[in-house]
Amino acid sequence: MNALEKVEQSQMKKEIPAFRSGDTVRVHVKIKEGDKERIQVFEGTVIGLRRARNHSTFRVRKISFGHGVERIFPLHSPVIDKIEVVRPSRVRRAKLYYLRKLRGKAARLRAAQTEQEA
Amino acid sequence: MTQVFAENGDVIPVTVLKAGPCVVVQRKTAQKDGYEAAQLGLVELPPPKHVNKPREGHFKKAGANPVRFLREVRLAQDAGDLKIGDKVLVDVFAVNDLVDVTGVSKGRGFAGVHKRHHFGGGGGAHGSMFHRAPGSIGASAFPSRVMKGMRAAGHMGHARATVRNLRVVQVLSDENALLVQGAVPGPQGSYVVVHKAKAPHK
Repeated sequence: MNALEKVEQSQMKKEIPAFRSGDTVRVHVKIKEGDKERIQVFEGTVIGLRRARNHSTFRVRKISFGHGVERIFPLHSPVIDKIEVVRPSRVRRAKLYYLRKLRGKAARLRAAQTEQEA
Repeated sequence: MTQVFAENGDVIPVTVLKAGPCVVVQRKTAQKDGYEAAQLGLVELPPPKHVNKPREGHFKKAGANPVRFLREVRLAQDAGDLKIGDKVLVDVFAVNDLVDVTGVSKGRGFAGVHKRHHFGGGGGAHGSMFHRAPGSIGASAFPSRVMKGMRAAGHMGHARATVRNLRVVQVLSDENALLVQGAVPGPQGSYVVVHKAKAPHK
């Protein structure tokens, strides 16, 4: 392994829960205010993952007070405290950008089948 | 290039440079050569057929193994304790030092004025018949010639280039690697020289 790969490896988190496009996740983000630090939770649907070693990102969309809000998180950022998967869904494509055009009932996703059901 | 995270989550774009180990192959002194300098060789073995006889003699004189890449580095007048055979490692740099990085830039071949001199060019559509051409390069009756230094298309890149004042983000002594913030000249795997910054800002 060369130095570049070692540097990239050192930047990557060891434990990241497995989640994929369509899953509803809660992202716990550390926020610094002055010298105090608190955790803010961003809950929404993962509409895309960008897998790129240490600079992988994922995109979470939610509807906040009637407005669509999307946030892109660096997967390995130290600002992310943890990621919880709230509800996995079954989707048929990797990038769910079509959700942007849908509202309300139309924007629902089918729940993923658990292994017992399958 | 890659990126590293700062503690506060900021992303710092960095270039990983393998910097050394280097060995002093020749020492130039003020008495003998008129200036203080050290010729550094990056310890990386070339195939024997690439070491010609004059070079071989040069390395033999220094008692060093042949190396692929040699560069001379100027030393301050008082830095007199560096001898032939001494090792120069990455730990000459510390985090937050500013460095200049010199290398050979990526070759762009024969480039037009758009790319080479940032000419604006013409419109792409709507019936525009002027796209990437340089336009007028001079007037008619006066001066009736093209002025010297007129920017024109030609060979671009593959020239010595220096990027100044890059910040050292991390020093990895066991890897002999250096992380500097920002880009450096040249393609991946090319050789560069890392200097202490000549004109640090602030």
